[in-house]
Amino acid sequence: MTMGPLLIGLYVFVLAIFVGIEIITKIPPTLHTPLMSGANAISGITIVGALSAARYADNEISSLLGLFAIILATINVVGGFLVTNRMLGMFGRKKK
Amino acid sequence: MSSSFIATTLVPVLYLLSAILFILGLKGLTRVRSAQRGNAMAALAMLIAAVAALLEMGTFDLQWIVLGLVIGGGIGALAAVRVEMTGMPEMVALFNGSGGAASTLVAASYVWLNVIEKDSGSTAAGVLGSASAITAVLSMFIGALTLSGSVVAYGKLAGKISGNPILLPGRHVVNLLLILGSLGLGIYTLFTVADSGSIATFIIVVMVLSLALGIMLVIPIGGADMPVVISLLNSYSGLAASATGFVLQNNVLVISGALVGASGLILTQIMCVAMNRTLANVLFGGFGTADSGGGAADNRDYTNVRSGGAEEAVLVLENAETVVIVPGYGLAVAQAQHTVKELASELEKRGVKVTYGIHPVAGRMPGHMNVLLAEADVPYEQLLEMDVVNPEFNNTDVVIIVGANDVVNPAAQKTPGSPIYGMPVLEVWHAASVIMIKRSLSPGFAGIKNELFEYDNTMMLFEDGKKAVQGMVTELKSL
Repeated sequence: MTMGPLLIGLYVFVLAIFVGIEIITKIPPTLHTPLMSGANAISGITIVGALSAARYADNEISSLLGLFAIILATINVVGGFLVTNRMLGMFGRKKK
Repeated sequence: MSSSFIATTLVPVLYLLSAILFILGLKGLTRVRSAQRGNAMAALAMLIAAVAALLEMGTFDLQWIVLGLVIGGGIGALAAVRVEMTGMPEMVALFNGSGGAASTLVAASYVWLNVIEKDSGSTAAGVLGSASAITAVLSMFIGALTLSGSVVAYGKLAGKISGNPILLPGRHVVNLLLILGSLGLGIYTLFTVADSGSIATFIIVVMVLSLALGIMLVIPIGGADMPVVISLLNSYSGLAASATGFVLQNNVLVISGALVGASGLILTQIMCVAMNRTLANVLFGGFGTADSGGGAADNRDYTNVRSGGAEEAVLVLENAETVVIVPGYGLAVAQAQHTVKELASELEKRGVKVTYGIHPVAGRMPGHMNVLLAEADVPYEQLLEMDVVNPEFNNTDVVIIVGANDVVNPAAQKTPGSPIYGMPVLEVWHAASVIMIKRSLSPGFAGIKNELFEYDNTMMLFEDGKKAVQGMVTELKSL
């Protein structure tokens, strides 16, 4: 059996969805807000594509779209992980 | 290292490592104790993926990349440090939007670079292959509607636009046309149009239609349904990233996007169950409007309401041994979390056992109340889920409700035909006494009467949540 990239991608996608469902149903409601902000940061993975889109520092539309994509994805990544860390720090504080 | 080793072995291994760390990072979030480490692992995964992306390119100009990272990193860090915990729903809404937008822009940039700017005279599908062309349309579509939907959700959460459902006539037909129009035009363009100028124009139209759809989908949804909408948009932002992964044939995007997509879907599902409604009903129902049945309640509907002030409330609390505090969105609005914690500490000093009963949809996003109370240093062991706390109410002396209404309405169990009948609620009325802090008898988002206000064991405390709790703290201290 030889598969094209689309089919391989679909395999990966479907299996990842199952892994996600397995793990996320085990996350307690207390952590649902950090889960959302953390998941948000993870969706910034599109930065991988953005970096490549901005690799020529010229003024072509494709490069400028890439620049904006990097800005937006980085907001997601940096902001998302930092705010999640900040929230989780509140949960972890020692009782006085 | 030879460049072929980097491209064929090192880069794919780094991407695999990144995907594994994302999964382990999420796994860390299943426990409070390991959660912070899990988050750090996911951040490391992101760093590895970014390094792999740079290695994969080999040569690149740094200007735009550094500029983008600095600007985005600065904005993100500033937002993360400055946001108030009460403002988390708004911030998550905006982050959902920026994630969706980034995915859209990456897909658009890919089409511009490889098709439009090359101006080869063949179709996008011819240049990119049909798989990439189809997924590029999907990525632009999902990403753009996530962006505009998130901006509308942000506006509703921040009170910049009305939180009431805005129901346009014929909206279902319009939405259907927008879906078919944007996807249809997108696929038509990438598969049949060879003139690069026309491709560019049509793609812009596709994005505008998708943006319009995002607005149309969120505008009819009421403020109280925001936990569902935010979860769903969270899911979309992941799916957009996944679709972009298909375009670029990069599995780390496909996997991470799928994880986020699954996470959003599960939260959506949990929120819907907690409201006893189907997703379709939330998305298309326009709940909380006059035609949803029941009719809006007002003061005249209530008889036998017992009310008191802080002094009377403390008289009730004086002999209590167990107290459950039930917070709702009103707690966030009044910023009362620290005052509530002060009250709890004051009670605990007197040997009272204090816990918190948290309804899954209390607040504006999943887990909203937990984060607010954690901010006020409430130990998370005291935050009890609905299923855990409900059997406890029989043995509870006093329940103090701060800013919650529909989620403690007995009609959900006792009044068949009520719009909220069947919705799981906190059964606070089983407690010996209930102190309900509320500014007036006005109804909650469901727009219906709450008979709890008339129960013999209920005392209404008509005041702003923070002031009322502050008053109780002062009274307790003077005892």
